[in-house]
Amino acid sequence: MNLVEIKHVSKSFDKKKILDDVNLKIPSGKIIGLLGKNGAGKSTLIKLINGLLTPSEGEILFKGKPIGVYSKANISYLPERTYLDKSMKVKDVIEYFAEFYENFDTECAYTLLKDLKLDAEKRIIKMSKGMQEKLQLILVMSRDAELYILDEPLSGVDPATRDYIIDTILSNFKEGSSIIISTHLISDIERILDEVVFIDEGKIVLASSADDLRNKEKSSIDEAFRRMFKC
Amino acid sequence: MDFTFDNNIPIYIQLLEYMKIYLISGVFKAGDKLPSVRDFANTFKVNPNTMQKALAELESMKLIYTERTNGKFVTKDEKLIEKLKDEYAMTLAKSYFDGMKKIGLGKADSIKYLERINN
Repeated sequence: MNLVEIKHVSKSFDKKKILDDVNLKIPSGKIIGLLGKNGAGKSTLIKLINGLLTPSEGEILFKGKPIGVYSKANISYLPERTYLDKSMKVKDVIEYFAEFYENFDTECAYTLLKDLKLDAEKRIIKMSKGMQEKLQLILVMSRDAELYILDEPLSGVDPATRDYIIDTILSNFKEGSSIIISTHLISDIERILDEVVFIDEGKIVLASSADDLRNKEKSSIDEAFRRMFKC
Repeated sequence: MDFTFDNNIPIYIQLLEYMKIYLISGVFKAGDKLPSVRDFANTFKVNPNTMQKALAELESMKLIYTERTNGKFVTKDEKLIEKLKDEYAMTLAKSYFDGMKKIGLGKADSIKYLERINN
């Protein structure tokens, strides 16, 4: 079954077309990599699925229904930039999330905090960038959602922390739910992807199973991507 | 133990290799019950869907089988595992001789080198 259906979606800002006739189906139970260069339209597409922007043309359906209250309750979104109040302590943010989201699992959040060695008493402002990224991921993955959308979850963190983040994503991948991960750090993440979607200049240029693409191109996804978008 | 994967080769094929070695070396013996797909995926740190694909491949090779409600088991046919071991050993031997051939050493010389690494 398809979790999300994107039908002929275009999005323009002023006269500039950021997304151009995008058609895409997101199946359930899969980890999907949304891969593209900077400015390709990844974040715009993600914001449309989250209902933070509305399409200029076309429509997006979540489980057959337009984006709205139901989709927002069931999509857990990690934005590219943090929106947390940095003066808050970790434990206060967790309480805040538990209050805000019905499907937030406080126990799960504390388990993950322990696993990733974060201190609940710490103020966010006192945390390193990598620690803040981990915290955001914990908050997002602690919701019992049908779809998780992670916009650049690895950017700005060191390789060891990236591995931690990838492991956390994997071990919290719930049966039947899907995860969309947008990134340009392909080589770090590609081993966990079921499907890959290449986006360039606002268009979907390729959608394939990750292993089929490796077979066809006789190379890694990273390499295939580099070849396709060589400047 | 940490498992490494080469991004240039489909992940399920690499999982298949790890699993074959498990069977050949007797980590899982004929008739043994296998861990769940989830448990395997956690061990290898791979996507459960990819793990499932590798196990399905093993199943189509009759090396493992599924009992409807009980999960997956290693084949009871020990000959099949012996055959797998034989093929695998043959592949390793062949790649050794191929490597020696590249540096100009024939089979007889290659065997002499093998004998030198007894201890």
